Amino acid sequence: MNIYKKRQIVNKLMCALAFLCAIFTLVPLISIFGYVLSKGITSINLDFFINLPKPVGEPGGGMGNAIVGTIILIGLSCLWAIPVGVFGGVYLAEFGNNKLAATVRFTADVLNGIPSIVIGVFAYTLFVLPMKSFSAVSGAFALGIIMIPTIMRTTEEMLRMVPRTLREAALALGISQFRMIVSIALKTALPGILTGILLAIARIAGETAPLLFTAFGNSFWHQSLGQPIAALPLQIFAYAISPFDDWHRQAWAGAFVLIFIVFLISFISRFIIGLRYKFPASR
Amino acid sequence: MEERVRILDLNAYFGNIQALKNINIAVKEKMVTAIIGPSGCGKSTFIRCINRLHEVVPGAKVSGKVLLDGRDIYSSGIDSIEIRQKIGMVFQKPNPFPVLSIYDNVAAGLKLNGIKKKDYLDEIVEQALRMCALWDEVKDKLNASGVSLSGGQQQRLCIARALAVKPEVILFDEPCSALDPISTGKIEELLFQLRQKYTIIIVTHNMQQAARVSDYTAFFLMGELIEFGKTQDIFTKPEDTRTEAYITGRFG
Amino acid sequence: MKIKFFDLGFKEAVALLALSVVALTLLLVYNMATYAMPAIQKFGLHFLSTTTWDPVKEIFGALPFIYGTIISSALALLIAVPVSLGIAIYLAELAPAWIREPLSFLIELLAAIPSVVYGLWGIFVLAPFLRQDVQPFLAKYFGFLPLFQGNFYGVGMLTAGIILSIMIIPTISSVSREVFLVVPFSQREAALALGATRWETIRLGVLKYARAGILGAVILGMGRALGETMAVTMVIGNRPEISASLFAPSYTMASVIANEFTEATGDLFLSALIEIGLVLFFVTLVLNIAARALIWQVSGKMKGEIRE
Repeated sequence: MNIYKKRQIVNKLMCALAFLCAIFTLVPLISIFGYVLSKGITSINLDFFINLPKPVGEPGGGMGNAIVGTIILIGLSCLWAIPVGVFGGVYLAEFGNNKLAATVRFTADVLNGIPSIVIGVFAYTLFVLPMKSFSAVSGAFALGIIMIPTIMRTTEEMLRMVPRTLREAALALGISQFRMIVSIALKTALPGILTGILLAIARIAGETAPLLFTAFGNSFWHQSLGQPIAALPLQIFAYAISPFDDWHRQAWAGAFVLIFIVFLISFISRFIIGLRYKFPASR
Repeated sequence: MEERVRILDLNAYFGNIQALKNINIAVKEKMVTAIIGPSGCGKSTFIRCINRLHEVVPGAKVSGKVLLDGRDIYSSGIDSIEIRQKIGMVFQKPNPFPVLSIYDNVAAGLKLNGIKKKDYLDEIVEQALRMCALWDEVKDKLNASGVSLSGGQQQRLCIARALAVKPEVILFDEPCSALDPISTGKIEELLFQLRQKYTIIIVTHNMQQAARVSDYTAFFLMGELIEFGKTQDIFTKPEDTRTEAYITGRFG
Repeated sequence: MKIKFFDLGFKEAVALLALSVVALTLLLVYNMATYAMPAIQKFGLHFLSTTTWDPVKEIFGALPFIYGTIISSALALLIAVPVSLGIAIYLAELAPAWIREPLSFLIELLAAIPSVVYGLWGIFVLAPFLRQDVQPFLAKYFGFLPLFQGNFYGVGMLTAGIILSIMIIPTISSVSREVFLVVPFSQREAALALGATRWETIRLGVLKYARAGILGAVILGMGRALGETMAVTMVIGNRPEISASLFAPSYTMASVIANEFTEATGDLFLSALIEIGLVLFFVTLVLNIAARALIWQVSGKMKGEIRE
């Protein structure tokens, strides 16, 4: 039974190897979380949240403006990306069985795969050059582009999942298509759509590259949307590559807050989708 | 006639659901034994217990013995991969490997066993394909993909694949149900040839087929073996009323 | 009547919003091409083969960045592909049911970590670890290879490759896993019936069948690696030199844009950087399309829903 034994040994080996790959991948995960948690949490204090960055050597510096900046940027991005994404998704789901829709879908996939730094360059040419200034607006534009494909895809998927019978019942009652879509289909698909939006937000909250030459960063509190604005990832980056230990410490703290925000949003989105399956669409 | 496979007190479970209850059968050597019965009676589960394919399903359990030439295939000393080579299987829907050529499909089992010598492989592949009456049809396109053939040809390819590893018993799980009548006829002819060298167990939901091709027939109902005997007897003078009811088409 | 009016306008309105996506993309290409034009006209194809990057003399060649991008991504793939396949095989074929959800969730977590946090960890944890423990070891036992010669600083090509590999593992493994799940069970049964061991069944019945899809997953990962900016910038050393050694610092296309865009003095400088961005755009575009075509081949429909 030589050949059988040999094959069984190879079998056990390969299966063990596959298992090891999975475990091995957890090592960096644990390491990253471990360091962010341990190094970050010790530097978190009230100062961090409410103070502006201070020059090296001065104690009590914080990232208050960066956190506010990130929130502002997310808000601005959502302002334009959510309508485009959601209603674009509505178009694809409700009217989208033609070549035009196929082109839109393809383009959205293309957009999704573009490196975020290239999107930053685009925003630069469109906003920063004409305005002759870095600005929150240009940053929000770049982030919005990143959000749109995700929101569109999720909206389309969720709308398609609304049962046909529900729609037909509404139309049979004489409700116009527009009202049917808005009042019924969208409302039914809302949890899923919200999830898509939240996931898109979680993604852009951590984006740095497209902001490097659009939002650019700022050491002061936000003043105007047409001016450069601080953002948490930008601040982390600037501090991380600096030569100062105190700033490194703050970078870890910033990373802690950033990861906290990103994961909080992700968990909330999962929670919403969980709720959806507990309370089915039919009312 | 010797018996090749003897099944003793076989019970099979899917989790908590019992699919087979106390099956006892002796399968004669170089004969075709047909397993018939309505849907869900456990026929497929039964033959999957013979080549130890049933236990692959998560939660599946088997108790009892299946003796191949006197040795219990479920005993701890015996490796399931060895059993599956000795007891081959052909499935309901032809499943050749699409990425492999016709040649490589037939040779697949041999290559698993580390056989590499080209001459030897060539010989066995030709032998197997000839036995399935496929050689003349494919000898010029051995490198074509396994799925480039028609449905009936694909099924014969799968049979050749099973034959190449020189099994002793071959199990057929409704091999013709996905095929047209002409291909079915060819496969039934093939079965007739094969039983000269192999012990064959065939599951079929087609009673006429069972009557045509088999020497012995077993009738299953709701996981139990109701009746087993010579095909002639089962179909002309069944002993159990349930067998009679099934054969005369009163339920199915 | 009011309702009808809305009805009529509604379809057109949403169509317009959907089309804006197409318009934006076209605008992106147009803008970038326009601003890159000065550099394209001045340097032509030589841009891709020159190694000089001299802002003062205004001579720009992108070869060092192309080299850095290719090698760091290749290194990342070298590590990530086997590991990702191992994970996909384990989760799809081998793992007991209760492990699947938690383990795949944890691996997805890796994908959610922002790039800048990877970079932070790379600078302060991975690089010192490589500098103190790994690179001396490699230099000592494998130093005869030009790959492991020269000074090591912790940051450099090797570090960038390793960090990139960690970042693309979730992509390649999750797409591969979805492809595996599409492989019909009858394929596995066919292999099992021939007496194949578990691993042989996976090899014969799953991997072979799914190989186009696996290739697609790998190409998706490649596209990801090529465009990755922050983590790479923070650990690659940012020196536009071509060196055979993995210990040496390097520079990628995305990194040079990130680092030098705001410092670009002169229009030609900016134009050269934008041209690099254009190259990046087209390369990732082609890779993305190729990947989707391959995955579609296995799964039979456009898997636009595959999370990346």
